[in-house]
Amino acid sequence: MSTLKTVPSEIPPSTLQQAKTISRRIFADMGPLGYFLRWAILLIFVLYFGLPLLWLLLAPSKDQTAIITQSPLSFGNWATVLESWSNVNQYVHGEIWVWFKNSIIYVMSSLAVSLVIGIPAGYILAVARFTGRKILLWLTLITMLLPSSAMVLPLFLELNLVHLINTVWAVILPACFFPFGVYLTYVYYSSNLPTDLLDAARVDGCSEWQLFRHIALPLAKPLLGLLGFISFNINWNNFFGPYVMLNSNKLFNLPVGLQTMIAGTSAIRPGFNTSPGMLKFQQADAAMAGLIMIVPVVIVFLFAQRYVIAGAFTGSVKG
Amino acid sequence: MTNQTIKADMRTSRRWRRNLSAYRFVLPYLIFMLAFGLGPGIYAILISFADFEFGVPDYFAAGLQNYVTAFTDYRFGFTMGNIAEFLVVSVPLGIALVVLIALLLHMRPGRLSSTLRTLFFIPGSVTGPALLLLAIFMFSPLMSPFGSLLRALGYDSFDALIAPQRLPVIFTIIGFFSGAGMWIAIHYGALEGISHEVLEAARIDGCNAWQQAMYIKFPLIRPYIIYQFILIFAGNVQLFVEPQLLGTTWIMANVPQQWSPNQLAYSFAFDLGNFGAAAALSLLMLLVGLGAAYLVVRLTGFFDIKA
Repeated sequence: MSTLKTVPSEIPPSTLQQAKTISRRIFADMGPLGYFLRWAILLIFVLYFGLPLLWLLLAPSKDQTAIITQSPLSFGNWATVLESWSNVNQYVHGEIWVWFKNSIIYVMSSLAVSLVIGIPAGYILAVARFTGRKILLWLTLITMLLPSSAMVLPLFLELNLVHLINTVWAVILPACFFPFGVYLTYVYYSSNLPTDLLDAARVDGCSEWQLFRHIALPLAKPLLGLLGFISFNINWNNFFGPYVMLNSNKLFNLPVGLQTMIAGTSAIRPGFNTSPGMLKFQQADAAMAGLIMIVPVVIVFLFAQRYVIAGAFTGSVKG
Repeated sequence: MTNQTIKADMRTSRRWRRNLSAYRFVLPYLIFMLAFGLGPGIYAILISFADFEFGVPDYFAAGLQNYVTAFTDYRFGFTMGNIAEFLVVSVPLGIALVVLIALLLHMRPGRLSSTLRTLFFIPGSVTGPALLLLAIFMFSPLMSPFGSLLRALGYDSFDALIAPQRLPVIFTIIGFFSGAGMWIAIHYGALEGISHEVLEAARIDGCNAWQQAMYIKFPLIRPYIIYQFILIFAGNVQLFVEPQLLGTTWIMANVPQQWSPNQLAYSFAFDLGNFGAAAALSLLMLLVGLGAAYLVVRLTGFFDIKA
């Protein structure tokens, strides 16, 4: 066991001195008022961003009564957590896992294709001067700045023309066009590739493809981390596109599925659709379903975070 | 052939060889760009002049009729007014708060600041239906951790709170929760790029942390603020999910059926089958987005394309 240390009854002058130094260091260049103001403002935002997340984590543990009567940030019990889990699983015989699987397939295939077509394009835009390069860069910028939701209806009309509506392709193919990734790759190679090395290799008779394969690609690891995260995030959360393109439940991704699940149950509309045989669905279950959708992004984020938060965006917008 | 023309010929052929090898790298990307970046826009233009009376498009048969139908619809002015009000609230407020947070965090870089950036970033994973689900809970005084705050403000129930005149603010609060973290990270990254000598010189001249933030850091990250302005603007013009789920699909809250222009376009297409008018509306909003993109590229010189 640990030994108790005796506390001296008098504070030695050296400690006082230390405390003064510490306080000077804490308040340095902003003063106590500025210090507390900074913390007060940050604390408000900690509550604003943090409380909803905490609430969502705790909600599946509280049944319909507890969620109202108990304090919002209290934990209910594990039995309710299990019940919410099984309620979500029982919804149309575990359809949520069909959507989960669809989401994974959509996200992974568009991620793979977008990187395979985007990285060589971004690379060559950075290293070669060819006719049409400038216009391609401009088009990349313009399409990158357009919000994807602006394209959904026009895309629907186009895909309808070629009869791809309500197929997996209507979700996967448009997501493979990832101009932001091409732009980031372009910026990355513009600033991180030793041109002397490339020239030397060219003189030695290396083809452009060999240069890319043996020099550029091995340097791309941090880039892949950032691109992978951004693309995963965008496509995992893609709602408006699949919402418009798909109409059979079996093809839905998680966001559209979640939307359908909430719309079709009494989860947030007490008293809605209480016909016998209809699944009893509560707030706790809706919260559980929401968590199933959110958790993968958080996990991916925590893994990719050093690429994302470390200011990796700096290069992305500086050009 | 003179010596000169032979040389010129060789130069051209070398250039074309180089071009060819470059095109091999960009060809797949170009195809996807044509199909999913430019194609839809061009096809939408075509559709906006097409007649849909018999369910199949009769190209160029409608003339400007679809534009007239869309722009004179009784909901057109209403939805445009709503979105304008939402932009006026959400864009300046969103930018000001994000910049404030980034500056506050950057006053003391370190572990705590990085933990907070992570905390603020995580809500970015809550989007679409999940975000709206959470928002409904947060705005229900009986369940919400902000319940006592809501009641103190005089809102005793969800329906008392969600009313048309408060929607711009409510959508702003919802959107900021999910979208702020990424922008905080971007501005923070920009702040990290400021040279230490400049800040050190300011400190020696007696500039405190707040003054440094206001007079040195803030002006230096202005290009990023412009960039954020344009992107947030173009994104917020397209507002769809929040009013759609709140007003019609989920709970029939006190939200008009078509609140935003994007909802109106959706309704033209899928309630009325008038794809021409939907395309006309989409194009109008696309134009707003393109205008914004053009502005950011022109005014800020941000995306300096190295020749």
